[in-house]
Amino acid sequence: MLEEQIERWRSYLLRRQAIHSVDVEELTDHLREQVAALVGAGLAEDEAFLVAVKRMGDLDSLSREFAREHSDRLWKQLVVGPADGGEPGASARREAVVAFGLAVLAAVAVKLPELFGLTLDEDPGFYARNVSLFVFPLLAGFFVWKRGAGPATRRWLAAAFVAAAVFANVYPFRPEGSTEILAAMHLPIALWIVVGVAYAGSRWGDAGVRMDFIRFSGELFIYYVLIALGGGVFTGLMAVLFQAIGIDIEPFFERWLLPCGALGAVVIASWLVEAKQSVIENMAPVLTRLFTPLFAILLIAYLATMTWTGRGIGFQRDLLIAFDLLLAVVLGLLLYSISARDPRAPRNVFDWMQIVLVVSALLVDAMALWTIAARISELGFTPNRVAALGENVILLVNLAWSAVLYVRFLRGREPFTALERWQTNYLPVYGVWAAIVVVVFPPLFGYI
Amino acid sequence: MDINKDLVAASSTPLVLAILADGDSYGYAILKRVRELSRGRMEWTDGMLYPVLHRLERLGYIQAHWEVSESGRRRKYYRITKRGRTQLAEEREQWQAVDATLRGIWSALALPFSAARELLTLTLTPAPALCPCR
Repeated sequence: MLEEQIERWRSYLLRRQAIHSVDVEELTDHLREQVAALVGAGLAEDEAFLVAVKRMGDLDSLSREFAREHSDRLWKQLVVGPADGGEPGASARREAVVAFGLAVLAAVAVKLPELFGLTLDEDPGFYARNVSLFVFPLLAGFFVWKRGAGPATRRWLAAAFVAAAVFANVYPFRPEGSTEILAAMHLPIALWIVVGVAYAGSRWGDAGVRMDFIRFSGELFIYYVLIALGGGVFTGLMAVLFQAIGIDIEPFFERWLLPCGALGAVVIASWLVEAKQSVIENMAPVLTRLFTPLFAILLIAYLATMTWTGRGIGFQRDLLIAFDLLLAVVLGLLLYSISARDPRAPRNVFDWMQIVLVVSALLVDAMALWTIAARISELGFTPNRVAALGENVILLVNLAWSAVLYVRFLRGREPFTALERWQTNYLPVYGVWAAIVVVVFPPLFGYI
Repeated sequence: MDINKDLVAASSTPLVLAILADGDSYGYAILKRVRELSRGRMEWTDGMLYPVLHRLERLGYIQAHWEVSESGRRRKYYRITKRGRTQLAEEREQWQAVDATLRGIWSALALPFSAARELLTLTLTPAPALCPCR
């Protein structure tokens, strides 16, 4: 009985961020001695425990005092390796070694084609089409190593990458034609879903794991951007310093630093996001909280301006692409706030703001599609236009049904998990569409 | 008598350092000693002792090491360092300066009867030795 109570008290303490496990041990030892002293003075065990806990002090003020003393603990430091208390960091260190090894491999892989005479200047198409193949298989390998995967999954993954390699290179693309550019842009999307299967281990069917992959992707993007910015500063300083001694680093930068760094950084950023998991708060939902109201206001103002001035959306050749981007951003904002929302939390004003955002985006997009539909037959179906149209439709369907589910949730007729499940189930759609663009479009449009 | 929080906070450092100067100790024992020394008038909230100990450790006045107690569990013991002894001597000087000033003015003021009795008992009863100068 007493042990249970002490354990429960310990777990309350451990939940406090400012109080680490070593401190909890110290405090528990103190509590035990206090209880022993009180029992010796004649109290029953229960009474002694209650008195001792009261004497220990109110947990909130206690953790505040600890926080004041150990204020650095409130800034959760990412400890990659032995955590406080000397817990074994062997597995973390092994993971770090593997991650760095794979990053080096990716850097080497991107330079290998040069041995076969394919340089970046002369065959930019080759590198553009295959860029994801230099690093994504290694990333998938990292996850397969880390989480394990059944033999069937491994065979499927290998087959997917081989097929991607084949389709990226076997088609007789016209250099820098639309189909080649589209294939180069869409192959990474398709392969990213394949990496997701590796990420899930053998649990791709589990909606929760797919949502984890979505969260991972968001954080990876943010970390990658931060690393890229840091890399930019690094390169800038390097250029200036070497220029002072008369050496121009541009060739080194173009041929070695940029390609190897950009690809290696993907592996390193993935490793960092995996290491931090939930230790450090996810940044993506924080950014969405910030930008959702801004975009909602923007779109409402846009709609208001359109109705007020009577100006419709004028047709432009690249109109669809702009609206694709808009839908993609709105979907991203919606997706990442869904990823961070506690399904059991009550409805709040932020939910309503998201509905406003999604609905206004749908309205704006509908108007754009209307404008385009009228002119598309005259202009003909080019690969770019068909791809943009397809993407628009995909995003539109996703957002429309999401809006319906969200409104149903807000009216209490549907649990929030229905919305989560819709988003995670929709993931393969992006992969399939990207695969279609890579595999079907080039022969369909004659490789132009 | 409830002692002002600021007084308790200010006196915690010299008190803990002095107790540790007497010999190595651990949290619970330090707390017991404080209660003994103040004759029950200073009742610290048990848990609050530990942030104080951690701050003193961070400042380098005390050092911690883990030992196995009689009950078989690990217990964190504290030991005063040289810097701690220097700091203790300094705090002692400061407190004695403040004390001398206050005593001076209190003896000059006309005080109500009960307070005068308190003052008399304090000055006449010998306090337990707290001298760190072994």
